[in-house]
Amino acid sequence: MTFGQVLLVAVVAVPALGAVATAAVPGDRAGRLVGTVAAALTLLATLPLVGGEHGWFGYGPRPAVQPWHQLDLTWVPGLDLRFHLGVDGISWPLVVLTALLTLLCCGYTLWRVPAGGGSGRALVALLLVVEVGILGTFLALDLVLFFGFFEVVLLPMYAIIAGWGGDDRRRAARKFALYTLFGSVLLLVGVYLVVTAAGTADLVTLTGGAGLSRSTQLAAFTLLALAFAVKSPLWPLHSWLPDAHTQAPTVGSVILAGVLLKMGTYGLIRVAVGVAPEGARWASPVLGALAVAAIGIGGLVCLAQRELKRLIAYSSVGHMGFVLLGVATLTATGLQAALIGNIAHGVITGLLFFLAGAIKDRTHTGSLAELSGLRETAPRLAGLLGFAAVASLGLPGLAGFWGEAFAVVAAVRRGGPLWLTLAVLAALGGALTAAYLLRLLRRVSHGRPSAAVAPLGPGLAGAELTAWAPLVVLALAVGLAPALVLSYASGPVEALLGVVP
Amino acid sequence: MSVVQRVDNVALLPGYLAAGTAVLVLLVDLVVARRAVTVAVSALGAAGTALGAALVGAAGIRRTFCVGADCSWVWNGRAALVGVVIALLTLGVLAISGPLLRAGRTPAGEYCFLLACAMTGGVVLGAAGDLITLVVALETLTLPLYVLVGLRRGSLAGAEAAVTFFVVSVVATTVTLLGAALLYAVTGSLHLDRLGGTLAARDDLRDLPLTTVAVALVVAGLAFKVAAVPFHAWAPATYDGAPLPVAAYLSTASKLGGLVALLAVVQRALPAGVTGPVLAGLAALTMTVGNLVALRQRRTVRLLAWSSVAQAGYLLAPLGALALAAGRTPDARDGAYAAAVAYAVFFVLLELAAFAAVVALRPADGDGGTLADLRGAARRHPWVGGAFALALIGLAGLPPGLAGLFAKVTVVRSLLAGHAGWLALVVALNAVLGLAYYLRVAATLYGPSAAGGARPARGVVWALGAATVAAVVIGFAPQLVLDVAAR
Repeated sequence: MTFGQVLLVAVVAVPALGAVATAAVPGDRAGRLVGTVAAALTLLATLPLVGGEHGWFGYGPRPAVQPWHQLDLTWVPGLDLRFHLGVDGISWPLVVLTALLTLLCCGYTLWRVPAGGGSGRALVALLLVVEVGILGTFLALDLVLFFGFFEVVLLPMYAIIAGWGGDDRRRAARKFALYTLFGSVLLLVGVYLVVTAAGTADLVTLTGGAGLSRSTQLAAFTLLALAFAVKSPLWPLHSWLPDAHTQAPTVGSVILAGVLLKMGTYGLIRVAVGVAPEGARWASPVLGALAVAAIGIGGLVCLAQRELKRLIAYSSVGHMGFVLLGVATLTATGLQAALIGNIAHGVITGLLFFLAGAIKDRTHTGSLAELSGLRETAPRLAGLLGFAAVASLGLPGLAGFWGEAFAVVAAVRRGGPLWLTLAVLAALGGALTAAYLLRLLRRVSHGRPSAAVAPLGPGLAGAELTAWAPLVVLALAVGLAPALVLSYASGPVEALLGVVP
Repeated sequence: MSVVQRVDNVALLPGYLAAGTAVLVLLVDLVVARRAVTVAVSALGAAGTALGAALVGAAGIRRTFCVGADCSWVWNGRAALVGVVIALLTLGVLAISGPLLRAGRTPAGEYCFLLACAMTGGVVLGAAGDLITLVVALETLTLPLYVLVGLRRGSLAGAEAAVTFFVVSVVATTVTLLGAALLYAVTGSLHLDRLGGTLAARDDLRDLPLTTVAVALVVAGLAFKVAAVPFHAWAPATYDGAPLPVAAYLSTASKLGGLVALLAVVQRALPAGVTGPVLAGLAALTMTVGNLVALRQRRTVRLLAWSSVAQAGYLLAPLGALALAAGRTPDARDGAYAAAVAYAVFFVLLELAAFAAVVALRPADGDGGTLADLRGAARRHPWVGGAFALALIGLAGLPPGLAGLFAKVTVVRSLLAGHAGWLALVVALNAVLGLAYYLRVAATLYGPSAAGGARPARGVVWALGAATVAAVVIGFAPQLVLDVAAR
């Protein structure tokens, strides 16, 4: 095995073993510590994956997916399942983001265990299992393996929401599990529709259609896109998201919004568009229209929200709308915008949920009506919230800008009356984003301190600063130097678009 | 033609072992009359039967009781698999019967004897090569269960359940026999392969209305045994009234027997063009109705019973692919049969684990109780509760219950390979319905804990542990099951 293959296995195995160790170690705090160490080791293992053959050299026709490292082992030949992992410029940034956010969440749990549920140790173990599923999904180069990892996430996340969430957690958790399982089973049917027609589940071979007939591609794309639309979530299949986010504990919301939703958009790019390009071309106007509807409706619903976490949750619907709009254009600019939008949303919304959790923990309320004047009593918290909100609304120079701006640009470049209309509507939706986030800031930060806010102290715990600082830095760094993400993605995106008719 | 047949006694060895176990148990109970010895002898006999079935199966196909090319006893890979699984299920059910027998209301000797008789029927069933052997084997499997269901002294629910089960099952057998008789009238043969050959070769026979009626009667009669909707109504009442280990046997070994019988006639004897659409309809109806009704259950065993009705739908689903011409190519047919067998193996293992966990968590000699009785059980008994949750998640078909996940994947794959996409979608959507109630039970297990329960019996915990370990192993290496299922 090469060093890269060892790393690939380590990225999946370390959190899995870490979860077992966390559950096995006696003592709650010791368990949480072991889990955090495992998460840190996972992050360390993801970083060197960037070194390797990036595939810029060579002559002749090249496959549409050129992993930097890959590992291909037989597992279940009877089900066309191979243990095939690989990483490239599309998946690597997401892999690092996943490892980073999980580490931050585990570290945060080391400091504070959400009230109302089981032990902190179990929470950390579940976070690590979720990490295994997400990382596996991003790394899988076998369709069936991809489906397997996609499913791994579901129950641990259910348990996190049901075990450590808010008052209405059971209903929200059940809704999350059933709704997303609905997506997963469609994925299962879509995957085997492709696999039985093509005779292989290898994503490297399958990318580009692999000679699938047009009707198979249309059916497969419909199933796969529906599956990923539930996960992303794309309006009108989003209704599980606000409840899940509102009820989930802070770390659950961070992982959910930060990386779990990305499984949907990543799957759309890598699997749906890659495997059924003709289907993607056929469905792109519908996807684009739905994406813009999501942007507009997400924004309008946000304007009417009265709960902090619910507002941020609905803002995810709008942001993921921009990502899907980028994918729907099927242009290099659009896909790049989608990828950087994914990363930016993960960083910024992760930060927003951390801050919302901190505010809720301190004031014991998330109602916007009961929150005001935060900057009077807790200026640092208010400042960070302002920073995150401004980053989220897409101010140039911060991470959120690139994804949203270039999704619109890509739609304009695609041309034609439909796409121009969509671009204009999406731009208007961007303005709505500014409106609801500024409304949020005016409600929460400004004005006289409310009864709930008045007793707050200005201090922030060291653990909080440690968890938030990397996200603040990343939001700035990706905003100022988008090449951090884009330089890795441009090659694979060109290669992928090379096979889309 | 010689009237004297040569009998291959090696091929019959598994049957001898199973029947010998039954006789030995009866004698031991008469002579020694100690509960522990009786149970130990039956357990040893079951283990020996499993071993014998596997060894004879490993040596290649053996036939006996042949008339020309048609044999009534064919010990092939499928027969060996069925024999081993039935014997091991018997062993598992014996292990979880400890608390029931110790409670004293159930006579141990009769209990073990009847269980060994049922095992004999199951072992013979896999090897049956003609309709009569098949029906007799199936009845030998089921007949002792009528008594077992009602064996508990002074249990009104048990007696009620036994009568329901008896009446329904006897009617089902009669229907199957009538179908077999009509088939004999049409073709003049009872051997499965000869029947299949005749019906495939003679269009005029296949198009007779009488043939269609005969096929429908055989399939309907066997559908009773697997508790497929609309022939399912006996199952929930019977399971709930029966002692827990007997309910476990009904929902695993007896259901497997029904499936094997159905598979034998569908694969070898009956025209797929007639059975395919019927089975597709039965499968879709069974899983949907089973899951929908299970959603509303409040009693543990009733919930498991309805869920096992739904599971029968998944079991039959691969055979539904025969409905379309594209699903009747040799490759697609082999895939469909293998998928049904593989799903059955995954399912009986998880179902046995689930029942073992219920037995472990309930008081000795108790019934399944309500779901509320299980509240917080996983907090009182973390390992037993965890194994129960894993089995339920496996039945729902989700990770970390990998065995169940691969079982569902096998079914969906075989359906799509047979171009039965609509049925694959029905299976997939039913998995969502199923999760709703499995998750409810699993969540109840981890709910706030009430007072501490009694310590689970050791034998039950061992059986649960073994089933769980086996489920985890085949979860990571499903190819093991897929290989033996395809033989």
